[in-house]
This record gives sequence, C-alpha cells and structure tokens, in this order.
Amino acid sequence: MSMNLEREKAVLTGTQLSEVKSTNLSKILFGATVISMLISLYFIFIFAAEETTMHAAQKIFYFHVSSAWLAFMAFFVTFVFSILFLIKRKRIFDTYAYVSAEIGIVFTIIVLTTGPIWAKSAWNTWWVWEPRLITTLILFFIYIAYIMIRQMDGVWDKKARLSSVFGIIGFADVPIVFFAIRWWQTKFHPIVFGDGPSQQGGGIESSMLVALLVTITAFTILYAYLLNKGVSFENMKIKVDRYKEKLREELEK
Amino acid sequence: MNLFRTALLLAKKDLYSELKTKQILTTQIIFAGLVIVVFSFAFDPANNTTKAVIPGVIWVIIVFAGILGLNRSFISEQRNDTMQGLLVAPMESSSIYLGKFLANFAMMLVVEIVSIPFLFLLFDFKFNGSLGYFVLVIFLGSFGFIAIGTFLAALAANSKSSEMLLPLLLFPITTPILIGVVQATKIILTNMEKLSSAIAWIQLVTAYDVIFFVVCFLLIDYVLEV
Amino acid sequence: MIEIKKLTKQADNKLILRGVDLSIKKGETVAILGPNGAGKSTLLKVLATLIKPTSGLIKINGLDLKKDHIEIKKLLGYLPHSSLLYDHYSPLENLVFFGNIYGVNNVEQKASKLVKEVGLSFFLNEPVKNFSRGMIQRIAIARAIIHDPEILLLDEPHTGLDQGAISILNNVILSMKEKGATTLMVTHDFKQAAEICDRIIIVKNGRIVDDFKIENRNLGFVSEKYGLQMEGVS
Repeated sequence: MSMNLEREKAVLTGTQLSEVKSTNLSKILFGATVISMLISLYFIFIFAAEETTMHAAQKIFYFHVSSAWLAFMAFFVTFVFSILFLIKRKRIFDTYAYVSAEIGIVFTIIVLTTGPIWAKSAWNTWWVWEPRLITTLILFFIYIAYIMIRQMDGVWDKKARLSSVFGIIGFADVPIVFFAIRWWQTKFHPIVFGDGPSQQGGGIESSMLVALLVTITAFTILYAYLLNKGVSFENMKIKVDRYKEKLREELEK
Repeated sequence: MNLFRTALLLAKKDLYSELKTKQILTTQIIFAGLVIVVFSFAFDPANNTTKAVIPGVIWVIIVFAGILGLNRSFISEQRNDTMQGLLVAPMESSSIYLGKFLANFAMMLVVEIVSIPFLFLLFDFKFNGSLGYFVLVIFLGSFGFIAIGTFLAALAANSKSSEMLLPLLLFPITTPILIGVVQATKIILTNMEKLSSAIAWIQLVTAYDVIFFVVCFLLIDYVLEV
Repeated sequence: MIEIKKLTKQADNKLILRGVDLSIKKGETVAILGPNGAGKSTLLKVLATLIKPTSGLIKINGLDLKKDHIEIKKLLGYLPHSSLLYDHYSPLENLVFFGNIYGVNNVEQKASKLVKEVGLSFFLNEPVKNFSRGMIQRIAIARAIIHDPEILLLDEPHTGLDQGAISILNNVILSMKEKGATTLMVTHDFKQAAEICDRIIIVKNGRIVDDFKIENRNLGFVSEKYGLQMEGVS
C-alpha cells in the first residue's frame, strides 16, 4: 500500500510541474490577447479612416475578415494535426485537431453573422450568393459534420481515426468548393458586387489596411490562447477519466 | 491483380445478392419515381418555365436515390458480422472499397437508366442536346458522387445512426460535383452553343473525381481498420 | 508457429491485455480459459488481425503481423460468435464466395464436400436465413476451414450446439490437427477443452496466469487448476 502511495505522489509531482508551465503560457497568451485586442480596437475605431458610404457599419469589416482568417487557419491546423495523428497515433494530436475545429466553427458562425450585417450596409441585401460567403457556409457544414463524427459512441481512438480522415477529406475539399462556386458565380452572372472595398474604390486606404493587419494579428493571438486553453481543458478531462478508471480498478481489486 | 480480382468478387457478390432480394434497387427506383411525382406537384409540368428546372431535378433524383443505396452498402455487412469475414480475408481494405464502389455504381447506373427517361417522359421534355455529352456528364457525376459516397458510407457505418449521419457528411463534401454537373447538364440540355463552358465544368468534375478517388483509396485503410 | 511478446491492448484508458507472452508450436491444440472480461476474445481478435495491438510483437510462421498481414491472413481460419455468413445466400454460395476470396482451387467441389462433411448436404441450396442456430454454426465452421487454414482461431465454438454438432465440430478440429494445423480455442466448456486440447492456458485480468499441458482428457485436473487460479482472486 505504501508503495502505491509513493507512486501516486511521483505521478502527481510530475504533472504539477508541467501544469505550472502551461498556466504560465496561457497567462502570457491571455495578456497578449487583451493587449493586442485593445490596440486593434484603437486602430479600428480611432486610427482607421471612416468609410464614406457606409460609415460606422464598415467597422465590422475588420472583425469579419479577421474571423474568416482565424476560421480558415483553425481548419488548416485541424488538417495538419489530423495527418499527424494518423501517422503518429498520439492522443495529443487528436486533441489539438478537435479543439481547433471547434474554435474554427465558432468563428465561422461569427463570419456568417457579421457577413449579412456587412452585406446589408454595403449592398443593401442580407445574403449574397457570393463565392466566399457560400464557401464559408459549406465549410461550416463540413465541420459540423466533423463534430458529429466526434459525437459518435465508441472508444476514443476509433473516433479520432475517423474524424482525422474526415478532417483531411474536408479540408482537401475546401479549395475545390471555392473554385467551383466562384466559377459558377462568374460564368453565369455579371459581377455585380466587388469583392469588398479593395475592388470597389480601387484599393483599400492605407490606414484601413494597417488596422486590418493589426486586427488579424490580434485574432491570431486570440486563436493561440483559445487553442491552448481548449487543449488544456481536454487534457484535464482525459486525466479525470484516467483517474476514474484507476479508482475503479482499485475498487475491483 | 489480386486487388481487382477480390474487388470484382465482392462487387459480384453484392450485385448477385441484390438480384436475389431486389430490395435496394426496387426502393431506389420507386423512390426516384416518387421524387418525380413530387416535383410535378411543385413545378407545373404544363408550364414552359419548368423546363429550366429539369437539370436540377435529374440530380436531385440521383443524389437522393443514391443515398438510399449507399446507406445500405456497409450496413448490410453488419448482419452476422460479415464485415469481419471480409476483414480477416487476405485482401487489402482498398479492395473492399473498390468492390463496394463498383456494386454501388452499377446500381446507381441502373436507377438512372430507368428514372431519367421516365422523368423526360412525364415532364414532356424534348431532348435536343447532345446525347453523348449528356451520358458523359451523368456518368462522371455519378462516379464522383458514388466514389466519395461509398467512402463516407464506410465511415458512417461505425455510427449507430449512420442513416442520419451519411447525408450530413456527404452533401457538403460533394458540393463541387453537384454545382458542376448541374451547370453542365443545364448547358447540354438547353443551350448547346455554350458547349465550351460545359466542357470546362466536365473537366472540373473529372478533376474532382480523380482527386477524391485517389484520396479515398489512400485513406480507406484508416476507415476500415479495427 | 505463433510467437507473442509483451502484447498489450488498451481501449479507452482500460488495459484489456497487459503483457501477454505466449509461444505455440505447430500442431498444438490450445484452449484459452478464463472468466468473463479477462481478455480472451481480445487476444483471439488480435491474432485474427481484427484488433490492432497497442504494443507488443506478434510473429506467425516467422512473419510479422504488422507487415505481412495479407500472407498471414491466408493461414488463418477464424470462427467468432457470429456466423459471418450472408443470409440470402445458400451454404454453397457462401462457401464458394469466401473460397474464391481466399483463392481456393476447385472451390465448388470443395464447398459441397465440406457441406456434406458437416452433414447438411440436403440443404445445399437453401438460403441460410431459414437455418437454425446449430445448422448455421456448422456452416460457419465449414466457412472457417474452406481454405485449409494452418491456424484455427475459434471463439467459443461449442456454445449453443447440440451433441451432434459438437461431435462434428470436434471431428473437424481433430482432422485438422492430423493435417498439422494449430488450433487456438477460447472456451468456457471445460469438458470439450479437456476432450480435444493438449494444452490449456488460463487468462485472468489480461495476463496469462497458468499454462500447462494435459493428457488423457483429464477433466478433473483442468477444473482443479482453474479453481486454484480463480480462488486467488476473491
């Protein structure tokens, strides 16, 4: 019995050490996120020039584009970690893929809600069947399906394997979807709407561009923070499950 | 080669079993007929503008009837755990995929051969496009749809509610095919002057078919692994 | 023939097999006994290439299970709980299909011969779905040996069989043994285990706890050994 206790202790100290490290990292990321978000707010609302036709409503553009960027990046990360998982079969890769997909979905939803608001003030219609918007919508459906595979019952490695496969297929599909939709839209309809301000006014104003880049950086840091937090949550869940299983075994003995 | 030999055996087994029971094929064809009837309620066949929706209707029929068949193709192997029998047999899992694909594709073609003329007949559609191109588009579109569909059916079969899961997985992934073939079909059936852009669509669909057939071939090992 | 080293299998944090070392020589008939949930079936499924082991090494006939799985699968005949038969097919069609997949020559003759051996030649062309459990199990046995496997993996083959079917099954196993086949059998039926096996392995909690040879169908000896192992638990 005393042997057992000692072993437990050894395990716990080991995990505590790594926990301290990861909380430090998440604190740093949290601080960086807050600071960069404040900076980007300054740039968006004070530094950047106001758009002449849409006024304040145009400000949503920065969040819209940044969220879209973040979502695409998140799905790309899912794709990379899916491949890594299938090769290495380490649970941590699967956790990263899963958390990244979840973050991606949240930001896809933000894109899909800010999009219509933007569209309403820019083009006076809520929804435009515009290639990027439709691609984002399809992307949303693909990754909802990804999450549904994860909700299947069964052992984790089966779910991880299947969702990794789908993560790869899904991401490989994205460029083709985008290409097909853009082609479909341009071949059969005249281009009524530009692809955002860059084509409307013959180029984005430099102050706007700076604000956009700052916001994108801020969102990237936000993503890193969310990913870090999400993964540590998942790891805690896994750890709790493991302890439960250990306890159950102790009871059975 | 062993891969194709076992795949053909498997496809033959599925088709022969279908020939005995006629369960899936009958359901698919009746379902296709019902979809056509429902469409005739939704879009008045007597109206001339209805002709414009025919290309879309063709693909709606193929997609929905196809899903019925795809759902069954791996679920049917769960009875008596025959899937285990295939997995312990000396063949690659890509062989199982190929066999299932061939069987599904053959059944899909039968459904199309029956239901598309029936649709033209009921909607009094005068075919004046190019039959060769039309057949080519149908063939390529069904190929891609069934290729990725068979793969995702194998994936979904791991779930208890795979009938519900499969459409959710399949439809978003096949959007490029559906856009491509509907556009190509529309041009071929109604507006032959624009043939060059139809050919461009056909190329897109072919590229999709090739890419995903290869990807599915490479990834099926991970799906069927136990 | 079969070499297993430090085999472990983990499913969802639960260790099912925790380090199994086992070597089985050609021609042995081995029974695997043990309580429910001990990992017997898992061990058999790992050997049948149906479950990937978490760690450990398995060699069959000198071939690595990971690399040469196709070659190894040709040697295996696997009979699980379920029949692995297609319901709409007759026994003959089932056997011919599986025989073809294994690349058996003269498959039709061989299939009808096997159906006769298991005593169902009268039902050669009836669909399997109308059969009783015992009849299905007999066809399932025929299916498992259609390609003359060198290794037979049987998962509780005697469950739910009548006396006639049991003696047919035992005859099949014994005749395969005469041909030099190795048999691994998971079972709860001590009597049958003592009857046909010449080595007994007792598995408990994912480990092999006892491994001994038996002679003269000594049922009492097996029960005694088994009781000894199980008493230690509770």
